[in-house]
Amino acid sequence: MKSFKNHLSLVIALLSILFSLQSFIIVERAIDGYKENLAKNYALVVVAKKKIDDKKLIVNNSLIATINEISPDGVIQRLNNGMSKKNMELLKLTLPKFYKLKLKHYPSPAELEALTKTLLQKSTIQKVETFSKTHDTTYKLLLLFKRVISVFAVTVMIVTILLIFKELRIWQFKHNERMNIMGLFGAPVWLRSAVLFRLAIVDAIIASALSFVIFSYLAATPWIAQELNNIGISIVLFDPLYDFLMMLGVSVTLSIFLAAFIVLGHKEEV
Amino acid sequence: MDKVIIAENLSLAYSNDETIISKANLSIDSGSFVFITGASGSGKSTLLKSLYGALKPIEGSLVVGGVELRGVSSSKLNFLRKHLGIVFQDYKLVKEWTIEKNIMLPLIINGYDKVVTQNQVDSLLKHVKLRHQAGKYPLELSGGEQQRVAMARALAHNPILILADEPTGNLDDYSSQLIWNLLEGANEQLKTTIIVVTHHIPQNMKINYKHYHIEFGAIREII
Repeated sequence: MKSFKNHLSLVIALLSILFSLQSFIIVERAIDGYKENLAKNYALVVVAKKKIDDKKLIVNNSLIATINEISPDGVIQRLNNGMSKKNMELLKLTLPKFYKLKLKHYPSPAELEALTKTLLQKSTIQKVETFSKTHDTTYKLLLLFKRVISVFAVTVMIVTILLIFKELRIWQFKHNERMNIMGLFGAPVWLRSAVLFRLAIVDAIIASALSFVIFSYLAATPWIAQELNNIGISIVLFDPLYDFLMMLGVSVTLSIFLAAFIVLGHKEEV
Repeated sequence: MDKVIIAENLSLAYSNDETIISKANLSIDSGSFVFITGASGSGKSTLLKSLYGALKPIEGSLVVGGVELRGVSSSKLNFLRKHLGIVFQDYKLVKEWTIEKNIMLPLIINGYDKVVTQNQVDSLLKHVKLRHQAGKYPLELSGGEQQRVAMARALAHNPILILADEPTGNLDDYSSQLIWNLLEGANEQLKTTIIVVTHHIPQNMKINYKHYHIEFGAIREII
């Protein structure tokens, strides 16, 4: 029971680190997914005096994915009240050209500003409509959400690392006597501290395995996928291989690092 | 005869406190049995600690088993300690290990084969009359029994030198006699050098021994 309790305190601390890390990754993926969706639905409208060389424009601007001319027929139809066919054709010729520019990814306000500037430098382009007000608000909201989650995750991690450190200090105190006795018989540092490292690694594995179970369950829970679908996001909540290996790597590295820190700080009693 | 310990102008102190042993000279032959006596606080245990490198000399030279302990590196100190057997007054047994595992400790550290280790432990448990207690933990034994375990551990790897700090200080007559018999046996049969720090030299010692006394920071031989 006592040994179980000893394991539990470090496992819970590691678990909270892994939980905040994976939560951060999920939020990051959700934001990326949402940005992808926004990019799909987002377009700039460019007004030009005459037909523009779309191929050249795409080559010169890495952000632009496609350029499609918007047909003026819809506008002309609304104006055709009593207008002769000849006048209609004339009107068609005098109207400026409208283009819809699709972008490769959802741009930051700075990227958007730079693109607008570049486009307006072309003599044929008269106006660029970026719908920046809506765009900026959405983008800033996303960034704010990401920052809040990052600050939260980092805070949880720092507090948890401090807790782990305290826990390992208790371990050191507990293992000090054995480490000293082993040292008196010439045991090298690695042998003296083997138990400490073994405990740290075992706890890291247990914490990773528990995280695996929790996130696999969450990933298989229909309501989370449903919630994400509702806002048009389809992401991998938990990759059983990649995410698990990442969690295992983080927890084992962290445990080994902290255990090594404790061992290096150990002084032989005189 | 080979010298297992050579101390020249040896001075010992804890951190920057008052010097406990001052400019002492000591030369101990390999295979000898040595008693070091002195009043409480005279520096007997301090001297013993310096012999296994827990306390470094602040002055002079101290060579144990061919290793100079002044400014010794941790790897050299580990090398020396692997060849020492130490018996403490407070036993210093690992509480969460069984008696058997405690005795195995120096054999594990010295990389002995599993079968050899087990045979050696069985034989030692028989010698210290604790064969039936092998699976027990130190706190389940009496003080005398714990010291016998510590004695078995000190003998396990056939060390060149056994250092014993008041090994019978708190023990009953039966356990004390058993400890002295084991120390005498190791000295006689295995030619192990034995250094015992004690208040009283037992009256019934069967072997020849040397006696050093510590007083006012100086070590002198009593002839």
